[in-house]
Amino acid sequence: MLTRLLSGDTPRSGLLTALLLIVLISLAFAPFLFPGTKSLETAARICIFIVLVASYDLLLGYAGIVSFAHTMFFGIGAYGTALALSTTGPNYGSLIWGTAAGAGVAALFALAIGLFSLRVKAIFFAMVTLAVASAFAVLVSQMSWLTGGEDGLNYKIPRELTPAFKLIKAKVFDVSINGKILAYYLVFFAAAILFLVMLRIVNSPFGRTLKAVRDNAFRAEAIGYRVVWYRTTATVLSAVMAALAGSLLAIWLRYTGPATTLSMEIMIDILLMVVIGGMGTLYGAVLGATLFILAQTYLQNLMGVAAEATSAVPVFSTLVAPERWLLWLGVLFILSIYFFPTGIVGRLRAGRA
Amino acid sequence: MSETAIKPRIEEIPLKEQLAQKLPVLLVPVLAAVGLIAIGNPASWLTLTVAGLAMGMMIFIMASGLTVVFGLMDVINFGHGAFVAVGAFVGFTVLAWLAGWTASPSVFMNLSAVLIAILAAMLVTGLLGLAFERVIVMPVYGEHLKQILVTMGGLIVAQQMIYVVWGPDELHMSRPEALQGSLVIGEAAIEKYRLVAVGIGLALFIGMRHILKNTKIGLLVRAGVENGEMVEALGYRIRRLFLIVFMTGSALAGLGGVMWGLYQETITAHMGSEIMVLVFIVVIIGGLGSVEGCFIGAMLVGLLANYTAFLAPKVALISTIALMVVVLMWRPQGLYPVVKAK
Repeated sequence: MLTRLLSGDTPRSGLLTALLLIVLISLAFAPFLFPGTKSLETAARICIFIVLVASYDLLLGYAGIVSFAHTMFFGIGAYGTALALSTTGPNYGSLIWGTAAGAGVAALFALAIGLFSLRVKAIFFAMVTLAVASAFAVLVSQMSWLTGGEDGLNYKIPRELTPAFKLIKAKVFDVSINGKILAYYLVFFAAAILFLVMLRIVNSPFGRTLKAVRDNAFRAEAIGYRVVWYRTTATVLSAVMAALAGSLLAIWLRYTGPATTLSMEIMIDILLMVVIGGMGTLYGAVLGATLFILAQTYLQNLMGVAAEATSAVPVFSTLVAPERWLLWLGVLFILSIYFFPTGIVGRLRAGRA
Repeated sequence: MSETAIKPRIEEIPLKEQLAQKLPVLLVPVLAAVGLIAIGNPASWLTLTVAGLAMGMMIFIMASGLTVVFGLMDVINFGHGAFVAVGAFVGFTVLAWLAGWTASPSVFMNLSAVLIAILAAMLVTGLLGLAFERVIVMPVYGEHLKQILVTMGGLIVAQQMIYVVWGPDELHMSRPEALQGSLVIGEAAIEKYRLVAVGIGLALFIGMRHILKNTKIGLLVRAGVENGEMVEALGYRIRRLFLIVFMTGSALAGLGGVMWGLYQETITAHMGSEIMVLVFIVVIIGGLGSVEGCFIGAMLVGLLANYTAFLAPKVALISTIALMVVVLMWRPQGLYPVVKAK
């Protein structure tokens, strides 16, 4: 049953299983285990980014395609939901059609870009997506009559998902069960389902062909698989998943703006999460996203302490200043590409064999 | 030796194909003419055209290194933008040291200050290119996926190092006296600095063409683009050649950075990745690996960006993407595809 749920792709390493279970349990009971607004925000962010990073891994790890337009699809999903909620009011109907519209538009965009530029080299696709994504970000911030420009959109979500709504009067483990908790569980279960769907996709015959195309496109073509079709389908699937993750973010934050969805920083974050977690395995996305967001939220404080402690040493203290944490991640990123191209998960699995 | 030595027979290219090869060159004047019709007013058209050419030249300076590096070694450097930013910061620092020179009314002093700043920037970015090539790019030759990722990582680290060295704030600097203000021709006002940028860009393009077509090292580079293994088999160290090209490309990015910084008068650590979008569009339009294509692409992008910024400011960046789409529909490999014998 469990193996079937995981589509036969079990973690295959004791330590990895333990880590994944810790992540799963912590996220499933986050409101009770770690009460407080900040930790709930962090947990929801982790759920959303697991989906986003896994969808990127579908492209990078399984299809071997580098895209810099992933935040564009993420943003399309978020703006789809946000626009629907802000124009037609906070009800479930608009929430659903906004999400569906976002996913549809993302799929169309991905299809267009894929058919247009996947026929040639990987590098070409990377460059085209970089250009298109930045143009899209500029467009969104300039069309302020529709998207709110740089300020973004604030809107209401259905009342049942806001802190004002109380499901039951009594407190459970000292935590009042309000709409915010409900919204968190909406995000959590949606993320879990999307993750399992992606696991299903990569372990299907389609996913296996995708790996064949990644490893040797020429040979796959010779065997009789339409390489362009497989690559384009992977792009579209990953775009739809990213758009759905975007919708989750839009529901959770009740705000959508360029900085939270479209910025290049988020693209770089996704890249770091995939590579550090492990390319070519969706469990890598889980570990990568979890570690990265925990580090982003809590490690920066630690670096602040380190900078205080070393403030006497002039150069060193600027190097460990909390704003410079991306520097160290960049170094880690380069090192992990050289020495652990399969990331944390690959290491753990190799250690067992 | 017999009388009937075998002579290589070089087939002459049919006229039609020759014309087809020259066709992209015509795009620039055609675009300029369309711009004149759309804008209507010749004076503002002239101003915009010079601005577009200046912007195009600066983009060309930054893009040329990237495209040759790709042509020669199949390496695309997503960290190229870091060299642009570092060049701009080094150039501004030097200009700040030479504040006395830049403020003096003497044209000679002004220009030599700029020249020193440019040389310093090119030296630093050239050396940075050396380090980048040895440390970051060399271990991943031939693996495109890793190259893209690793050079992206290099970009992140380099940008963060700029923050460490120069602080998180953007720098402002006004241009030296001699390069401020504009010339008025008829009703059109043309900024002096833009003319200087066009001059430098043209000189660089002609010099580059000369080196590539008429010198031995240029011959080797072109041969390397065509078929690297064969060049190695003939006893040339293509790796060393590549290193030289990589360093030159980085130094040119530094030059472009200084010029772009003086053009905008404001520089940030992120300027590199912002300009890289335009640079990539230019490189794609021109055809990966082609210097001529890159030049034409840069001119087209520069002109189009300035015309649309005047006519419909909101779609300026989208217009360059549209240009890229149109060009790729017409020639999927870019204007001048570089044929690989691999």
